[in-house]
Amino acid sequence: MSSRPDTRGYAQSQSGWLFALPALLLIGVFFLLPVLGALLLSFTDFDLYALADVSNLRIVGLHNYHTLLITPMFWKALGNTSVFVILGVPLSLIASLGTALLVDSRLTRFRGFFRTALFAPVVTTLVAVALIWRYMLHTRYGLINDLLTHLGLPAIDWLGDPHWSMPAIVLLAVWKNFGYNMIILLAALQNIPEDLYEAARLEGAAAWHCLRHVTLPLLVPTLTLVSIITVSGYFQLFPEPYVMTQGGPLQSTVSVLYFMFEQGFKWWNLGFASAVAFVLFALILLLTLLQLRLARRVGEI
Amino acid sequence: MWGVNRALRSGGIARIATLAVALLLGACGPSAPRVEVIHFWAMGTEAEVLAQLLPEFERTHPLIKVEVQQLAWTAAHEKLLTAVAGDATPDLCQLGNSWIPELVALKALEPLAARVSSSQQVVADDYFPGVWQTNTVEGTLYAVPWYVDTRLLFYRRDLLRAAGFDAPAQTWTGWLAQLKAIKRMVGPQRYAVLMPLNEFEPLQILALEQSEPMLRDGGRYGNFRSDSFRRALSFYRDLFAESLAPAMTNQQIANVWNEMGKGFFTFYISGPWNIAEFKRRLPAELQSSWMTAPMPGPEGPGVSNAGGSSLVVFRRSKHQQSAWELLEYLSTPAIQRRFYELTGDLPPRRSSWQAGTIATDPYTQAFRSQLERLRTFPQVPEWEEIMQEMRIMAERVAQGQEDVDSAVTAFDLHVDDMLAKRRWMLARQQGRLSANP
Repeated sequence: MSSRPDTRGYAQSQSGWLFALPALLLIGVFFLLPVLGALLLSFTDFDLYALADVSNLRIVGLHNYHTLLITPMFWKALGNTSVFVILGVPLSLIASLGTALLVDSRLTRFRGFFRTALFAPVVTTLVAVALIWRYMLHTRYGLINDLLTHLGLPAIDWLGDPHWSMPAIVLLAVWKNFGYNMIILLAALQNIPEDLYEAARLEGAAAWHCLRHVTLPLLVPTLTLVSIITVSGYFQLFPEPYVMTQGGPLQSTVSVLYFMFEQGFKWWNLGFASAVAFVLFALILLLTLLQLRLARRVGEI
Repeated sequence: MWGVNRALRSGGIARIATLAVALLLGACGPSAPRVEVIHFWAMGTEAEVLAQLLPEFERTHPLIKVEVQQLAWTAAHEKLLTAVAGDATPDLCQLGNSWIPELVALKALEPLAARVSSSQQVVADDYFPGVWQTNTVEGTLYAVPWYVDTRLLFYRRDLLRAAGFDAPAQTWTGWLAQLKAIKRMVGPQRYAVLMPLNEFEPLQILALEQSEPMLRDGGRYGNFRSDSFRRALSFYRDLFAESLAPAMTNQQIANVWNEMGKGFFTFYISGPWNIAEFKRRLPAELQSSWMTAPMPGPEGPGVSNAGGSSLVVFRRSKHQQSAWELLEYLSTPAIQRRFYELTGDLPPRRSSWQAGTIATDPYTQAFRSQLERLRTFPQVPEWEEIMQEMRIMAERVAQGQEDVDSAVTAFDLHVDDMLAKRRWMLARQQGRLSANP
């Protein structure tokens, strides 16, 4: 009696695996194997000399990780990246949410135009955009400093002063990326049933109350998703400093990924660079788990 | 057929492709003389102008066909190392001469001394010795210089004259006096010299001008705590501390040529590529007011760095003889002069300088005398990384965040760390040598 459903379940799971096999193979060959390779690499001192002759390769155990933890440049890079995330993620989310609310509102005219225009920075090429931003941020001829001086504020040496270089990178990154989250939030906003707002208005809720008690609670799942994607994305900061500042001035815009890139592909210290990659991976994983737990708690309330 | 072979090679499955081509060729039969295709990798502008130089070579060498692949300078280093790792190296290649020790360490380059000594075209004594030396690693010649990039002073004659001097000084003391006089004249908003903080070359040149080398013990340890390097770094720091040089990077300057035209600075340490740029970008009324001059030294005419590009033949190439013939052709003085006219790249041999526009152009004359006074940087694979780290250290010193003493001490230890693997390898090699005499 009981054997029939079991074999069917077995056959079903077997065909399920068969269907998943091509995808699993691809993931295995192009993701798991390289990751495993990189993990093994991080326990060796693979470098230029080892590339020349494998007998120059030494198994060094956790030495790379130890060196990493006592390398001041790594901590500096981690600090810079944290500053970027702490400044950039909230700004980016506020900008995305704000613009999403604006272009979702019925009062806005030319909504189609604004949606496209605000999304445009996402699809532009960073290298081309960076060139324009470099002129906008120029100390003496830049548009931004022109505005500041018109307002009676002192001009800022955006890309030359180590205190201002990271804020300048944040500005560029937020401008470049907010459109993407805006589109996701916009889709979520359009999914909120209109009758909820009607009910709220009948109860005498003002616009602010609608936002606070209807819109935001219903956006929590989407906001969680968006913030997780943004945090893990921002932790992998690389192209902006690469094209804008090359990590300068005074290494104030060197991010963890930039540090890894230089170690790996500029100086060919691949063992060491792999260790950096795994430390960064562990950090991002930890933060994502933390965010998920936080979101669950907020959801429960 | 060759096109397909090439496409596959760049795809990274060189072996299969070679095998397939060998089978196809075998089927063709031995009758007609076979045209050999050599693959030549070159960078940027140099790769572009080759199209104008190669037809003559192919006419005089009907059995050789040259396929040029253009690499971007910014991507070339990665591409070369990956090519070595993936066994997909070209036959002939243009190489920045600071990369030679790396590729020698990878055992990727063919030694060339035997070919040079039997060559009619490549005459070692005709080359400027400083740049020739950069092509030799531990006594073995691996490359032949193609052009030289050395740096020296570009300056505004009118501003220098207004400050009371006819020509740039030849000693550090004299130069410093000129810089101070200019600074007094131009005031706080403008500067006497530009030393971009994102370039390591200006400090490298100041350090090369000293008596002691920057590495000691056969490139096993750093020598940055020496009096020599301290002197160079202190001179460098003072330029910023006394506001003679702006603490800026090239990115902040945005347009160096405009700024020089506006007199934002009077002196600029740069290389031959900027001759053409200044001719093109400065307005006509300023054309007579800029000039070049050799580097001043601590006690007299100074030395400068021996940068530039060389041509190398790869060890795994199956067409080494043809690649060498092309290298010889590109090294003849007449071709080097045409190459100079097309690119502005300075020829590395004296006889190439004796005729044509290069012999008369007023801006190249300072380079001609500087080329006799070049000094080679240490030939170790770690050198470029060491120089990048030196730049970071120097930037901190220039910004006044660290004093010379603690900076050189910490940096020297850091360099020793970077050279640790090299020391281990050299010790092991020596152990092996003494074990099997």
